Amino acid sequence: MSTANVDLTDEMGHDDHGHHEQSFVSKYIFSTDHKTIAKQFLISGIIWAIIGGLLSVVFRLQLGFPNMDMAWLRPFLGEWINIDAATGMGKLDTEFYLALVTMHGTIMVFFVLTAGLSGTFSNFLIPLQIGARDMASGFMNMLSYWFFFLSSVIMFASFFISTGPASGSWVIYPPLSALPQSMSGAGLGMTLWLVAMALFIVSTLLGGINYIATIINLRTDGMSFTKMPLTIWAFFLTAIIGLLSFPVLLSAALLLILDRSFGTSFFLSEIYIGGEALPNMGGSPILFQHLFWFLGHPEVYIVLLPSLGITSEIIATNARKPIFGYRAMIGSMMGIAILSFVVWAHHMFVTGMNPFAGSIFMLLTLIIAVPSAIKAFNYITTLWKGNIIFTPAMMFSIGLVSFFISGGVTGIFLGNAALDIQLHDTYFVTAHFHLVMGSAAFFGMIAGVYHWFPKMFGRMMDRKLGYIHFWTSFIGIYLIFFPMHYIGIAGFPRRYYSFTNFDAFSTFTDLNAFISIAAIATFVAQLIFVFNFFYSIFKGRRATQNPWNSTTLEWTTPIEPGHGNWPGPIPKVYRWPYDLSKPGAKEDFIPQNVPFAETPESNLPHEQELAGLEGKEDNTIKVD
Amino acid sequence: MVTDLHIKEVPQKQLGINPKKFILWLFMVSIVMVFAALTSGFIVRQAEGNWIIYELPSQLWISTAILFASSLTAHWALKSAQKNNSLQTKLGLWVTLGLGLVFLSTQLWVWEILVQHDVYLVGNPGGSFLYVLMGVHAFHLISGLIYLMIMLVKSYRANEVSEIQFKLSLSTTYWHFLDGLWIYLYVFLIIYH
Ligand code: HEM
Ligand SMILES: [Cu+2]
Repeated sequence: MSTANVDLTDEMGHDDHGHHEQSFVSKYIFSTDHKTIAKQFLISGIIWAIIGGLLSVVFRLQLGFPNMDMAWLRPFLGEWINIDAATGMGKLDTEFYLALVTMHGTIMVFFVLTAGLSGTFSNFLIPLQIGARDMASGFMNMLSYWFFFLSSVIMFASFFISTGPASGSWVIYPPLSALPQSMSGAGLGMTLWLVAMALFIVSTLLGGINYIATIINLRTDGMSFTKMPLTIWAFFLTAIIGLLSFPVLLSAALLLILDRSFGTSFFLSEIYIGGEALPNMGGSPILFQHLFWFLGHPEVYIVLLPSLGITSEIIATNARKPIFGYRAMIGSMMGIAILSFVVWAHHMFVTGMNPFAGSIFMLLTLIIAVPSAIKAFNYITTLWKGNIIFTPAMMFSIGLVSFFISGGVTGIFLGNAALDIQLHDTYFVTAHFHLVMGSAAFFGMIAGVYHWFPKMFGRMMDRKLGYIHFWTSFIGIYLIFFPMHYIGIAGFPRRYYSFTNFDAFSTFTDLNAFISIAAIATFVAQLIFVFNFFYSIFKGRRATQNPWNSTTLEWTTPIEPGHGNWPGPIPKVYRWPYDLSKPGAKEDFIPQNVPFAETPESNLPHEQELAGLEGKEDNTIKVD
Repeated sequence: MVTDLHIKEVPQKQLGINPKKFILWLFMVSIVMVFAALTSGFIVRQAEGNWIIYELPSQLWISTAILFASSLTAHWALKSAQKNNSLQTKLGLWVTLGLGLVFLSTQLWVWEILVQHDVYLVGNPGGSFLYVLMGVHAFHLISGLIYLMIMLVKSYRANEVSEIQFKLSLSTTYWHFLDGLWIYLYVFLIIYH
């Protein structure tokens, strides 16, 4: 066949990816293969997600059932459960409550939805979908994982020190985080947090630099920027955002470390603790907020964009339709990427900022809703009149769209500087970002796992369990976060230990208990996924080469791709990734590596011309 | 053998800069962002007032000139390697290394002078920022020195220095970058200190 011959002119195989035997250590532990590193990130991410979830269960127990006897938790939490001498009742330590909230946020935002998500899918899909044998630098990629691992160990270790882990919330605002004497979690726990995060940033930068370099330089022949799957676009822009924003957090962390350990006053000024004046003069805690949110806001898109990319791919494939508005999708992701750097101060409307500056940031914030809305519309229009196949991955992707919309709408409220005075730091914000970021990004990640599991492990995950997992999670998440809007509008602040101390909120006691029950149920439902995941690795049904009839390059590799991904030459790319249900085509999908010359029946006029088939009977040149 | 070939439909080769070089550039972008954060923090904080004013020690001119000279010698080393002149390459690298160390000691000297003028790391952020900017730059400069030392070792190991010219070009690019970064910081300090 013609193409085969043309393709053979490519370099054949390639030596350094030969069949040399690898030891167990270099194959599974200190591996430089992007697929193994992706799995390492994925499994670490899953473990972190379970830990992060368990933490939330504990503080939800406190919030939902403030009178509960928690003595039974003593075997796990030890001294963090205070036993009342008179009644024998166990109570959660108030400072440990704050540590729980802090660590939950940190773990979920950074360790699960940044490292676990980008680390898994950027690593796994970039080389496979752009047609590369591996990342630009396998070594840096390996370092990236092991920096993350080290960071994880340190963060985890902070649970086991007597003063407890960091407890100044995931945004670590000074002065609370800068003064070890301010609370027990601001001592060693905070130091470990900063060290762990510094290592984490190094890991993210090593990974991100690699993703960008790979996408720019290692695309296979024909894979122009306008033929790249939207997943790759999303990972690309995510990595760029990370490259520009994480160093800023590193600077902020450095200044904070100097304030904590060397006595400088970058963020501290005129503070009394226990009636005693501290020597620090001239610092500005607001400066920290600026630096933090300059990372912090882009960070929320670092978390979300990969999931949006994954969703684009899954929705198009399973609606059997080209993605609606491919270029608009790229454009809006670029818009989001750029705008995400100029809206950070919407997290600071109530810091006493100049109202004029406030209105500028309000305007910019509302503008960022436009590209977000374009994306939501495009998902819906792709689904519209599609031949939808409801795989578990597809269900989770549609779930993402739902969360993205319902959480995005509340963003518009929060973006109004005047409304934000009431809503800031209440459960309304919690509801907003758990829907739009937490749940949406989490659903995208889960969808990705269901979808690419066959490529990762050569087996399929169980469908029925997938559906059960979807419905319990989808309903559960709305049951948890929808009611939070009301509590927030009523004015209840985030991160408070107890509702019952305020009469105004006693009407919400039942609602809080309800949320807690929903949260625990939803957490338990995730165990279905964990079981399905590990069970299917070993016992799942064997996968076929292209189980979802997809068009992208990863499905042209062997069922379990080896080192170097393609045993023969790398396929070349002739068409965009969304030739699904093309009129006239023999099948409802045409992979990217099929030349137009082979599909004269479905070519559009300009493609016919590209293929050299236009108006010619004899369309080929014979070569001896 | 008869093959049919579609001449029109040949997939284009895609852009390919050397990935290693590209990685280096991206790495430098991340360093730029570190300093962008610090210097904009400087400006924001300064705008709030309560900021000590002091003279920048004139010795900074000396250190700037030294670092600039080291950039020239680094360039000379690279050019010599391209001409496969082993001796000049090594000499160039040695001199660059030496100048780098002299630069670092000059910076230390500047710190001493600052202390004599009652500008401390601990105290008003106006002073602290200066130490942090210089310190973080020095930290990166040390990484550049280590990089150059590795190249020096490689230049002794290589049979022909021209073999290492690509790697050398990466390390000298990094060195020029650190030089440029310092000049940026110095100009910034002159304007805003
Ligand atoms: C429609 C676009 C959006 C707008 C207008 C918007 C607006 C806002 C505003 C104004 C706040 C600050 C509320 C406060 O603290 O008082 C906020 C908080 C937050 N938003 Fe959004 N948002 C949007 C979309 C998103 C998306 C897509 C994500 C994540 C992927 C996200 C994640 C967050 C997070 C994590 C917080 C809370 C951070 C914290 O204080 O801990 N938002 N949003
Ligand atoms: Cu934001």
